[in-house]
Amino acid sequence: MKTQDLLQETYLALSANKARSGLTVLGIVIGIASVIALMAIGQGTQNAVSSSINSLGANLLVVTPGAAKQIGFGASSGRGSAQSLTVSDENALMQVQNVAAVSGEYSGRYQVAVAAANTNTTVDGVDGAYAQIRNIDMNEGSFITSSQAASLGKVAVIGSTVATDLFGANATSTNLVGKAIRINNMQFTITGVMATKGGSGFGSQDDTIFIPLTTALQYFAGNGNQYLSTIDIEATTQQSMTQVQNDITNLLLQRHHISDPTQADFSILNQQELVSAVSSVTGTFTTLLAAIAGISLVVGGIGIMNMMLTTVTERMREIGLRKAIGATRKDINTQFLAEAIALTFVGGGIGVALGWGIAYLVTATGIMTAQVTWSSVLLAFGVSAGIGIVFGWYPARRASNLNPIDALRYE
Amino acid sequence: MIEIKDITKTYGSGDSAYTALRGVSFSVDEGEFVAIMGPSGSGKSTLMHILGCLDTPSSGTYHLDGKDVSKMTDDELAEVRKDKIGFVFQSFNLLRRTTVLRNVVLPLIYANVPSPEREERAKQALLSSGLTEEYFNHLSNEISGGQIQRVAIARALVNNPSLILADEPTGNLDSRTSLVVLGTLQKLNREHNRTIVLITHEPDVAEHAGRIIRVSDGRVISIEKNAHPRDATEETRLCDSGQLDLTALSV
Repeated sequence: MKTQDLLQETYLALSANKARSGLTVLGIVIGIASVIALMAIGQGTQNAVSSSINSLGANLLVVTPGAAKQIGFGASSGRGSAQSLTVSDENALMQVQNVAAVSGEYSGRYQVAVAAANTNTTVDGVDGAYAQIRNIDMNEGSFITSSQAASLGKVAVIGSTVATDLFGANATSTNLVGKAIRINNMQFTITGVMATKGGSGFGSQDDTIFIPLTTALQYFAGNGNQYLSTIDIEATTQQSMTQVQNDITNLLLQRHHISDPTQADFSILNQQELVSAVSSVTGTFTTLLAAIAGISLVVGGIGIMNMMLTTVTERMREIGLRKAIGATRKDINTQFLAEAIALTFVGGGIGVALGWGIAYLVTATGIMTAQVTWSSVLLAFGVSAGIGIVFGWYPARRASNLNPIDALRYE
Repeated sequence: MIEIKDITKTYGSGDSAYTALRGVSFSVDEGEFVAIMGPSGSGKSTLMHILGCLDTPSSGTYHLDGKDVSKMTDDELAEVRKDKIGFVFQSFNLLRRTTVLRNVVLPLIYANVPSPEREERAKQALLSSGLTEEYFNHLSNEISGGQIQRVAIARALVNNPSLILADEPTGNLDSRTSLVVLGTLQKLNREHNRTIVLITHEPDVAEHAGRIIRVSDGRVISIEKNAHPRDATEETRLCDSGQLDLTALSV
């Protein structure tokens, strides 16, 4: 039997009972569509989480001070409480190989006011490089410059949430640059408004005011204090992050005269590690979704097997007739297998389209970002073809092994 | 052309064993029209299955076209059926919801005959079994019982088989239609020199054949030549003109 004849026979057989073929296909359609859609949602979530972490700055390393220990009792005040990072540490870190930018931070929460309103928010003293490290986009004006830092300028760059809190809901559309703002009862001038970043990870940057680090150390830390809250470092490439992290660790240990790395008075947060940790969580989540959807695919496959078995019984006399006029066992086997595979292929095709449609709708309605990957399409299609072969095999074998006499006599 | 010797067939084994054929021997020459007649339970169906290569005998030999087919495997038998035998059954002869033409083409598909040639041969076979072209694209459930049997005959001869085996082909038909079907078989036998073996339990049907083999209880009880076989075409004509009373015929 030639392929073309086989296809024709398959089409004739399946179209003879359209309603039943349709319902059987539906089982596969639902299975495949849910695998594709759920994997797309999982993948989309994974990408969204990764990119929102990356929006905090690419190739970012954050050095935080270690825990402060009270001499004698050994009670720890918790990580970040020690005053171990200094401006000179920051300057030294700029010399490390593959470091693209460094910015120290000194932050605290203060009362902020304009004539009409006031709020309490994070005031963060940073260097000009901070904008590059943290991927900050400006809505209006410009970020802190090195000349403002050198002159201890009382200038402020405000986040969009702060702008809304102080100047009302339509604040971003009005010209805020040049307006005066009082931070902890000191007069500052707004020189820039940041674009909205969306709430992410470590407290929203939108609800922050940035001022020059020098100004912050001068007016808020007091007494010429040179201790920093954190130091942010951007590595030149993702590949160099581990090297940069190791070099920084060694340099700071040396500068702080610590010989035992476990006693370090600082810790380093590697953003890449965070991304991969979160990725592995969302990856597990995706696998879980796919596994649940896979169950419906198996149920659909059993539906096909059920239909094919019914068909074999129903078409017993047809099988006998075909054998009488010269069909070999192989012919009958191939024909029934082809019918099962055709059902799964049609189901697989429609399922891929439907799954894609669902993913598109989910994204379009803004509930979640769903991203269909080629691998999930190939996987689903491969699985459906596999199901056709596995679940079609047994009924086909039963059909081909029928004794033509019994098959002809069957009532 | 057909030569069977001492064929026996036993189903099952031990106490429940049932012997359907107890040593059957006869031969059929090329171009003959032979009727195998016997009541139900006589073993004629079993004989038909063996003659049609649907089954193999428990003992004895069966030579078809000089080839021993009595010990072949299932797939070898399928090959023989495909090339040498055309079947006409009592009922469920055609694939449902399939056109007349497609039904006749089917054996040629299994025989791997190229597509354009298939249609041509199928049409030729349908015409020689007396079906007109207007029915070729009808579905098999849209035509009458007599037409179904004619399509079945066309399908049986489309492969140019050595033997056409008709198993109670008139069993489900009324008398007049039976005559038409028998007439078709007779015409194929006379004009196209086809070898036909007809299995029936009706003497009136068997009398249309040139030779009658009677079986009973798994044995051949008589083989007799029918010097003046009844002419079904003539009978149909007489019947249509009112000169023959069909109720007298038990065909």
